[in-house]
Amino acid sequence: MSTYDTLRHFADSWGLLFLMAVFIGVIIWVLRPGSGRIYRQQSEIPFKHEDKPAAGPGRDNAGGD
Amino acid sequence: MAMAQAGILLLIAVIAVLASAKAHDAQFAIHMGLIAAIAMGAAIWRLRTMNVSAKAAAAAPTGYMDGVVRYGTVATMFWGIAGFLVGVLIALQLAFPDLNVEPYFNFNRLRPLHTSAVIFAFGGNALLCTSFYVVQRTCGARLFGGGLAWFVFWGYQLFIVLAATGYLLGVTQSKEYAEPEWYIDLWLTIVWVAYLIVFLGTLVKRKEPHIYVANWFFLSFIVTVAMLHVVNNLAVPVSFLGAKSYPIFAGVQDALTQWWYGHNAVGFFLTAGFLGMMYYFVPKQVERPVYSYRLSVVHFWSLIFLYIWAGPHHLHYTALPDWAQTLGMVFSIMLWMPSWGGMINGLMTLSGAWDKLRTDPVIRMMVLAIAFYGMSTFEGPMMSIKAVNSLSHYTDWTIGHVHSGALGWVGMISFGAIYYLVPKLWERQRLYSLRLVNWHFWLATIGIVLYAASMWVSGIMQGLMWREYNAEGFLVYSFAESVAAMFPYYIIRALGGVLYLAGALIMAFNLYRTIRGDLRKEVPMGGVVQPAE
Repeated sequence: MSTYDTLRHFADSWGLLFLMAVFIGVIIWVLRPGSGRIYRQQSEIPFKHEDKPAAGPGRDNAGGD
Repeated sequence: MAMAQAGILLLIAVIAVLASAKAHDAQFAIHMGLIAAIAMGAAIWRLRTMNVSAKAAAAAPTGYMDGVVRYGTVATMFWGIAGFLVGVLIALQLAFPDLNVEPYFNFNRLRPLHTSAVIFAFGGNALLCTSFYVVQRTCGARLFGGGLAWFVFWGYQLFIVLAATGYLLGVTQSKEYAEPEWYIDLWLTIVWVAYLIVFLGTLVKRKEPHIYVANWFFLSFIVTVAMLHVVNNLAVPVSFLGAKSYPIFAGVQDALTQWWYGHNAVGFFLTAGFLGMMYYFVPKQVERPVYSYRLSVVHFWSLIFLYIWAGPHHLHYTALPDWAQTLGMVFSIMLWMPSWGGMINGLMTLSGAWDKLRTDPVIRMMVLAIAFYGMSTFEGPMMSIKAVNSLSHYTDWTIGHVHSGALGWVGMISFGAIYYLVPKLWERQRLYSLRLVNWHFWLATIGIVLYAASMWVSGIMQGLMWREYNAEGFLVYSFAESVAAMFPYYIIRALGGVLYLAGALIMAFNLYRTIRGDLRKEVPMGGVVQPAE
């Protein structure tokens, strides 16, 4: 088989399966139990550091991640 | 440091002068001369401001880096008006061919000037300045890289100037939305890598543990555009001292690469980047968090997974293999879901605050932008269906579709973001006048309606005239007859463009007065609140 055929068959079998699996994985991940509270906290990020950068070194853990 | 920078700039100026002297064509000589002049000017400026920068370097800056964002908002406004003006001019050139002035101001040289000015100069500057603003606020960290953000800003303006002057001089590689020649492409690659470093560096040093979704959209835009730009512009220059180059792909491979680039420029430059804007500025202006953060994550990943495959729908009924055309069509149709999911997420952010539409024309602008995002992402997949495409392709319908997305979605969300930004950046109490924002809103909206409606009629008419056969199997209309029939729609389209431009001029005036610190005395929007009966 030519390189074209090899790549094309890889793309429409294993490639497709891999991308589908990752995508379905993302959907399952966002619907994981207890994620609602975390997402509500994360959606508040734009309202936290309006005027100046967060103080202190390192990351504070207020985002709930 | 300043001495070293000035030395490098002077060296660049000397090399550019030599390249200009040895150039193989006039265009390359002019461009190298331009680079020499700019590098020389920048070197002198660097030496003259040396003491000032030595003082500034002594005290390490702590707050957010907003100077570059301020410059970005002004550049966005400037290039926006330039781009809209050229758009009105070429719309009139189509209606009145006598307006073509040979050779520099022909339609075929001004058209890429218009598209690049609105997409890359207006849209690009809007993305640069909003992404720099948003990434700092949502990471709780100052921009990474010190002066590198300034290099990105000024380097990007140089790219725009080289591209724009090149078009007028006839420098083009004839790839739609990727017209600049090899040396301009190389320069943009350097600037873009610096942009990626600034953005990624800020994300790395963030204080907020989670990376807010707007930054995902901005990052995907930066990374994907880098990939698209490099692959689509792979070319071999005829000479290192000449403007002309030839792409390494040929025939249908070249066409597919071009539309893989072209459609993802729409998907990642004009959609993903501006969605990043939506996910920050709509919640900020409405003062409510996004309707569903979970939906925004799904929106992001489904957009990323689907968009990259949709490009082949630009090549229906061509030499491209049939399966590739069908693939492009199917993925385009699947894009309905993430697009509408995102639209619903943006609109529903207003739930519980719909009354603000009465009093805040900036929110009105953002809502219209999201509505146009929904409409044009409905129309696009529909036009990618082969049967519809056989009528719509190569007609003005396509032009109308692009403009409902560009004027409606990209333009309006950028205007909304800049109206939000300017009072914040210059620490003003509010905009100079909300009533003027309202004028801008209505002028732009009516302009878009005139534009899109006239192009629907003219495009479908064109498509139907081209495929009209008589009983003997001959074509009924000649091509010139279909052109003549489009004249009234061209006039209506130009009028729509004039209204849109007028709105932008009002915006520029409003922002100028806001930056000066003026406040217009006016009756608040929505009038006086009546007590309940």
